[in-house]
Amino acid sequence: MAEFWQQVVAGLASGGIYASLALAVVLIYRSTGVINFAQGEMATFATYLALTFINHGLSFWPAFWLTLLCAFAGGVAVERVVIRPVENRPVLTVVIVTIGLLILVNGLTNWIWGGAVRKFPSPFSTRPIHVAGVAFSIQDIGIIGVCLAAVVVLGLFFRFTKLGLALRAAALNPDASRLVGVRVSWMLALGWGLAAALGAISGMMVAPVVFLDPNMMQGILLYALAAAVLGGIDSPLGAVVGGLTLGVLLNLLGTYVSTLGGEMRLVAGLAVILAVLIVRPAGLLGKTAVRRV
Amino acid sequence: MSALLELREVEASYGPVKALRGVSLEVAEGEIVAVLGANGAGKTTTLRAVSGTVRRAGELRFAGAPLPRSPEAVARRGVAHVPEGRGTFAELSVRDNLRLGAYTRRGGGSRDDLRRVYGFFPRLEERSDQQAGTLSGGEQQMLALARALMARPRLLLLDEPSLGLAPLVVTEIFATLARMNADEGVTIVVVEQNANLALSSSARAYVLEVGRVAVSGPSDELRKAESVRRSYLGY
Repeated sequence: MAEFWQQVVAGLASGGIYASLALAVVLIYRSTGVINFAQGEMATFATYLALTFINHGLSFWPAFWLTLLCAFAGGVAVERVVIRPVENRPVLTVVIVTIGLLILVNGLTNWIWGGAVRKFPSPFSTRPIHVAGVAFSIQDIGIIGVCLAAVVVLGLFFRFTKLGLALRAAALNPDASRLVGVRVSWMLALGWGLAAALGAISGMMVAPVVFLDPNMMQGILLYALAAAVLGGIDSPLGAVVGGLTLGVLLNLLGTYVSTLGGEMRLVAGLAVILAVLIVRPAGLLGKTAVRRV
Repeated sequence: MSALLELREVEASYGPVKALRGVSLEVAEGEIVAVLGANGAGKTTTLRAVSGTVRRAGELRFAGAPLPRSPEAVARRGVAHVPEGRGTFAELSVRDNLRLGAYTRRGGGSRDDLRRVYGFFPRLEERSDQQAGTLSGGEQQMLALARALMARPRLLLLDEPSLGLAPLVVTEIFATLARMNADEGVTIVVVEQNANLALSSSARAYVLEVGRVAVSGPSDELRKAESVRRSYLGY
């Protein structure tokens, strides 16, 4: 039983990482109807930035906050420069632009920092703590804490601030939002900034576990997409629930079903996407789109 | 009399289709003005030209300065447009809809603000936590008006507030409009299919025909005018 609980907590830790990235994907999807395939690469770039700050003598948390600021500004800038010109084009055009962005950011990361695998410092101790006879890793608990805190802060922001309300309104009904004076186009940019910051959090949390390399987030993005689909691609709460569920599920499968360990986890993740799309296309918490014809 | 809103030879089109072919009109501060006309005469487009939700040409002045082009900027100048179909946020609560109404005002959306607007529409207060999409048609129209009022607008543009509502509800809504005009001094431009109702609740009116002003004048005179009576009032 001890092993089971250890694996659940470890699963929640990876789940928290998937959840933050999934939430980033959902934020952009809700406001634009487009999945940003570059979300993972943007997070990797931000994580390299954090490493650079740390190598220049900053300790982890100041580097963390500075990276969040840079990621936010970077997200806003990317939206203004790259996405804005295609804002009103068909969805497919925008999707292809985000795929181009994926390749561009990945190339940029390789160009600036090289392709070598690097060690990324962890803010949390890796020694275990013992609770009721079960050994939990402090790092896992720290990761869960940081990811959940980010999600909760973002949730409060959306629910209780005027700007958060305007962001929601702009995503739900852009035309009506303009009529009440919301600058919808800037809300989209702000959404990109928030998503980029969330992605940066997931990057900085996962990097100490899996090591940092330019392709670090590609697998994670697949899990995040699986999580978003599982929870309902248009539901922020669904992204979080989906991320945590997926993390625990994959971890338990990997532990108890020997064939699903290691590389096969990714296959299991894709199987989850497929199964959800077949059984419940709108996801656990998503809304079924009804279209009158 | 200096006009609050002034349109000179305003044109607007949807792609190749010309909807306005040179509309000129004036609205004084504190007035209620009705815009009448058949389907496709350009009533809705006239409102949209003012709020910037259609591409337009010509001179549009509001409170002595040219109107900006983007709807966001027009809203920030104190023009609240309640479009056809009301433009409420169905997924948001009644209270959040109202908070959004005050979005352009610094410190807007306070409890006092809400209380003032609930004073006009007591029924919305009972429903404040409900999703706007679950309200009845009449309540949604009230919500749209209440949300517009939250902005403390100088000019209120209303597109067919009576559309699809029961006669009793329509009477209630127009009574509230009159009260908003009297108590808060809001200037109102209202587009209506129901010409009788529009003429009886406005001071002046413009009748549009294929994108131009055909007749205009004090509402009680227009009610008596033979041509208007026959074409729009049906007796």
